[in-house]
Amino acid sequence: MVDFSLWDIFRNLLLAMRWTVVLSLIAFIRGGVFGLGLLVLRIGKYTWAQNAVKIYVQVFQGTPLLMQLFLAYFGLALLGLNVSAWASAALALTLYSSAFLTEIWRGCIEAVPKGQWEAGKSLALTFVQQLRLVIFPQALKIAVPPTVGFLVQVIKGTALASVIGFIELTKAGQMITNATFQPFTVYSCVAVLYFALCYPVSYFARGLERKLKAEH
Amino acid sequence: MIALDFAPVLAEWPALAKGLGLTVVLTAVSAVLGVSLGIVCACVRAYGSQFGKMWVAAYVELIRNTPFIVQLFFIFFGLPSLGVKLSPELASVIAMVVNLGAYSTEIVRAGLEATPKGMWDAAKSLALNKRQILRLVVLPPALKSIWPAMVGQIIIVMLGSAVCGQISAQELSYVANLIHSRNFRAFEATMIAAAMYLALAMLVRQLLMWLGPRYVYKH
Repeated sequence: MVDFSLWDIFRNLLLAMRWTVVLSLIAFIRGGVFGLGLLVLRIGKYTWAQNAVKIYVQVFQGTPLLMQLFLAYFGLALLGLNVSAWASAALALTLYSSAFLTEIWRGCIEAVPKGQWEAGKSLALTFVQQLRLVIFPQALKIAVPPTVGFLVQVIKGTALASVIGFIELTKAGQMITNATFQPFTVYSCVAVLYFALCYPVSYFARGLERKLKAEH
Repeated sequence: MIALDFAPVLAEWPALAKGLGLTVVLTAVSAVLGVSLGIVCACVRAYGSQFGKMWVAAYVELIRNTPFIVQLFFIFFGLPSLGVKLSPELASVIAMVVNLGAYSTEIVRAGLEATPKGMWDAAKSLALNKRQILRLVVLPPALKSIWPAMVGQIIIVMLGSAVCGQISAQELSYVANLIHSRNFRAFEATMIAAAMYLALAMLVRQLLMWLGPRYVYKH
């Protein structure tokens, strides 16, 4: 039997934390790009597209992330693709992030006064030009704090990828627990590491929010 | 070719209903206790001693910056080594209450901060004591203004309870896993469970929005 010191536990968790970070960033960035596309459809002039995005958002906000992960995992396999836990987790978290980010950003766009759209239109700008030149720059300012705040949500969400067998921080914690029989120590370390990852982001988001409030 | 077959999963409807029942019970119990905990903590954070404020702040930050699944594993697997042995259901409820408590503290605090200071002065001039002022004057309008956010958070915790199947609490997602381990209809079983969660989320939202004005912040 190998003896694990506290440092051994911590070091192994730290190594696994890389994957939590990578998965979070991939899901967040891809989700952002995809969410932006959905956002354009959501605020565009096609009613069917608006409704489709509405349903998409409702489905992802109304079902557990765990179920979404399972659906991606089993669903891709059903399509005959031999996918890894990594690919399914990345896919599910990307779709999940895109739904939430679309909804967050829609709120920000709606906060831009309607007169701004009309002013853009009166200058004969097209819909895309109005968005790009008039609305987005203004909405961006209010969108940054909640978007950064959502990153914390994504980081915590990646913990569920452990359930479909992707080895990130939580899964590593489970495996080390099985080897050391020290669940209290191991899960404390896991929690500390998540906290170390999430707290600075939360703190930063709150600072941005305060700054925004002070400006108005 | 993909052939979806929902029949073998739907045939297990009694098990699914039972799982759904436990999900509802877990959610109901932790909603009541979690929101209460949040209200108490928010009051401490807004009007309590410096010491109390510090503890509440630490609790809120700790919970809000760690994943629910880790909190659950810590309670279920970690605490027994301190001599606290819990059943999966009890561990789930505790984790959900602790989790919801932290988030609702922040939500209620926002409501308390938005109440005008004149209310306190008016209530004081009627010779109400601190507890009466909170219960009768300050909390009702504060809760009214934050109720939609609170409902959203309760639903998030309800959806989060899917993770409790991982410590073998036999709620909906656990039953779905059990069913597909029997008949290998993994995608279909998960799909049906997800649809049930979606329906439940919509129903719970309607129900809570109806309950709020009648029982939570009565005037």
